[in-house]
Amino acid sequence: MATLELRNVNKTYGNGQADTLKNIELAIDSGEFLILVGPSGCGKSTLMNCIAGLEDISGGAILVDGQDISGMSPKDRDIAMVFQSYALYPTMSVRENIAFGLKIRKLPQAEIDAEVARVAKLLQIEHLLERKPAQMSGGQQQRVAMGRALARRPKIYLFDEPLSNLDAKLRVEMRTEIKLMHQRLKTTTVYVTHDQIEAMTLGDKVAVMKDGIIQQFGTPREIYNDPANLFVAGFMGSPPMNFIPLRLQRREGRLFGLLDSADGHCELPLGEVEEGLEGREVILGVRPEQVLVGAGSGALPGIRAEVQVLEPTGPDTLAFVEINQAKVCVRLAPDAAPRAGDSLELQFAPDKVLLFDAQSGERLGALGKARSPERLARVAQLKGR
Amino acid sequence: MPKQPSFSLARLAIYATLILACAVYLVPLVVMLLTSFKTPDDIRTGNLLSIPDVFTLIGWVKAWDSIGGFFWNSVKITVPAVLISTLLGALNGYVLSMWRFRGSQLFFGLLLFGCFLPFQVVLLPASFTLGQFGLANTTGGLVLVHVVYGLAFTTLFFRNFYVSIPNALVSAARLDGAGFFTIFGRILLPMSIPTIMVCLIWQFTQIWNDFLFGVVFASGDSQPITVALNNLVNTSTGAKEYNVDMAAAMIAGLPTLLVYVFAGKYFLRGLTAGAVKG
Amino acid sequence: MSSIAVFARPSPLDALQRWLPKLVLAPSMLIVVVGFYGYILWTFVLSFTNSRFMPSYKWVGLQQYQRLLDNDRWWVASQNLLVYGGLFIAISLVLGVLLAVLLDQRVRREGFIRTVYLYPMALSMIVTGTAWKWLLNPGLGLDKLLRDWGWEGFRFDWLVAPDRVVYCLVIAAVWQSSGFVMALFLAGLRGVDQSIIRAAQVDGASLPTIYLRIVLPSLGPVFFSALMILAHIAIKSFDLVSAMTAGGPGYSSDLPAMFMYAHTFTRGQMGLGAASAMLMLGAVLAILVPYLYSELRNKRHA
Repeated sequence: MATLELRNVNKTYGNGQADTLKNIELAIDSGEFLILVGPSGCGKSTLMNCIAGLEDISGGAILVDGQDISGMSPKDRDIAMVFQSYALYPTMSVRENIAFGLKIRKLPQAEIDAEVARVAKLLQIEHLLERKPAQMSGGQQQRVAMGRALARRPKIYLFDEPLSNLDAKLRVEMRTEIKLMHQRLKTTTVYVTHDQIEAMTLGDKVAVMKDGIIQQFGTPREIYNDPANLFVAGFMGSPPMNFIPLRLQRREGRLFGLLDSADGHCELPLGEVEEGLEGREVILGVRPEQVLVGAGSGALPGIRAEVQVLEPTGPDTLAFVEINQAKVCVRLAPDAAPRAGDSLELQFAPDKVLLFDAQSGERLGALGKARSPERLARVAQLKGR
Repeated sequence: MPKQPSFSLARLAIYATLILACAVYLVPLVVMLLTSFKTPDDIRTGNLLSIPDVFTLIGWVKAWDSIGGFFWNSVKITVPAVLISTLLGALNGYVLSMWRFRGSQLFFGLLLFGCFLPFQVVLLPASFTLGQFGLANTTGGLVLVHVVYGLAFTTLFFRNFYVSIPNALVSAARLDGAGFFTIFGRILLPMSIPTIMVCLIWQFTQIWNDFLFGVVFASGDSQPITVALNNLVNTSTGAKEYNVDMAAAMIAGLPTLLVYVFAGKYFLRGLTAGAVKG
Repeated sequence: MSSIAVFARPSPLDALQRWLPKLVLAPSMLIVVVGFYGYILWTFVLSFTNSRFMPSYKWVGLQQYQRLLDNDRWWVASQNLLVYGGLFIAISLVLGVLLAVLLDQRVRREGFIRTVYLYPMALSMIVTGTAWKWLLNPGLGLDKLLRDWGWEGFRFDWLVAPDRVVYCLVIAAVWQSSGFVMALFLAGLRGVDQSIIRAAQVDGASLPTIYLRIVLPSLGPVFFSALMILAHIAIKSFDLVSAMTAGGPGYSSDLPAMFMYAHTFTRGQMGLGAASAMLMLGAVLAILVPYLYSELRNKRHA
């Protein structure tokens, strides 16, 4: 159990390459589950390797329980890691795999046996102990890899995309198990993934990364409901948030945006006028489940649009319409689903839609709450202390 | 080929060609064996493939008398040279794949060229150096030379194998607290048994069969068997005893032939692995 | 929460761990730098001196290379290398490919047949040379065998015929190495995507056409590897000549490797020998550099 804090961590490989990690700042409390999420190449795995000590950082500090560990060798950091490829020692049995780290640390044999038994029971792999990794399924290997990490009872667990080699069904099962395990053991955990559903379901805190920079750091709720920029808004959520381009207009001291479809148009009120926003090209962001359908509240302006395609997914039916030449997805209950070609009356609640600058992709202040990633990180860090 | 085998004229021709080729490849070995068991008179009156009138071991006994000592020289050279160069190659391959550092790839490239090096171009300096160290004309000197110039291939074998192993294995072991040699000895070496076999067999055949280094760096009592065989066969004094020549050739060839028969799989893998790069 | 960082100094043991990879590689690096490249440079320097039985460092410029080019024996050796190397490579390739394709036809006892084709590769060239010297012996070898079998007029004396002896080297070398080419191509054939062959069969192509037009052209890389290795064997051929003909009759079956050895170590012409060694290196590089270049380019495009 330990706190983890990254202070201004930088990583460069030199020789003209772009920085791999830039000014990474984040902090989590003891027992928290941190997700590093982002597309491949965003630096999340590098950051994890830096925490583990497998790669050196070029600047900044990594603090565990307030102690800087960035100069220590991996073995002294008291950190255990589960790898994407599991990295089980192929010539050793499961028992030897789990015991290896304990043997290296010269624990008495009785203690090692007890620990292996405890971990095997915890993960229900007692019947596999004498097998070699090659004799097990992917899911079983995954469990053993977790067992090897659990056996050392380290201060921090690191998971590097542990579920990405499993088939879809097993992935969901293991996800739940990892969450259960964490609830039971309450060990500080850092978990790298490119899967936004894993990020949403597992994390206490989520750091969304791109190009070596933390785009936003916060709780899954904050990230989902209050994304800092277009990238975060588009990355989290499935199906992704709708982005509708429009130009801000001013009328009677308030801002409006004009929505246009083949079947009609409407003016969407977008709050008080703020300095410099008038006439700007912006992107309106609205999640598929936040588009209201039907008569609804008469107070909201509505727009009619024709359903082009319907995609029933089972629990929901997704309807696709076109507004301002952008494809817009609407999430509907299956029994309320129209047919392709039907015209729908759509409404947008002004307090649910988000505005982003069309050029920079940053959240615009018109609807409040926008924060720069740096500020967000600092706020979270203060909260963490 | 996906076609079902059937007894057609074409298949008959295929089998006939393959069997004929087998015969051609086997004839030299058969001739060597037949000749080695004949008496010199029998050789003169019969022909290559005639069955010996009487099977005699006199050729083998005489051959062993003249080159038996050199057989043991070859053993003394080959065994340590094979073991040392394999161990060094394994360590080099381990570093070059799992512990890369700035310049290690360049070094690998420089080393790889050694697979193609025509050794003539290093013979002179090498012989000066061996003389300086007092290793000229010793089996120890030959061990050293074979280790040095075998390194390119042994490193290549292990490096190519270790490159195929995920780095995460080493990372996991480091987090488990294992150091450089522990990871090598406890995790990678046990996985490398097939590569070790390939490397051992490759080096064994290369070094046992070497003639160039043997003839340049050794003389008299320290010569390996290939040099002794060559001297025996090409001596111009006295009557030619072809039965002795053939028995001696068989003695020189048997160790590698036996290795080939019993570990052909690894021998072939070594040849083709070397072919990928070397 | 206090955040006074306790900076953990790496222990001396950790520092050692960091240096271990470099330390372990150091001896090999020394070997490569000195034993490979240093020695090449040294030989290069010697080729510009008038060294005879002992190395001397009296600079004579390109004189040794000039002597080499004026040397009739060197030209015979070089020409022999072209004839021997060219024939050896061509015949080995043709035989190897043919045997590989035939073996690929779901043949019974394939493992045994393959073993037979490949065993000469395990033998020393000295043993091969000894065996073939006896087989090609004029008077007692194949010569006599075929006459005994009823071919009265058969004569085979190439081993002592100055203008034919080089072909004897080719025969022995092909016997030794063609099985290896077979093994390389067989491995290549086994790696060919079977669906391509099925697609061609559906298109109505006959088996020979499929091999000639589709399968073999896709084995380009195997072909180049085999070519490289065979060329390399040819240039380094020394033991075979030594055992079979010792360069004779006269110096009619000399090869550059033999020339180099004779002049450097028995005739006291160290400078000339060094120059011939450098030319051999040049020949290897002339083959190797284009090969490596195309390999690297392919890798970058892949």
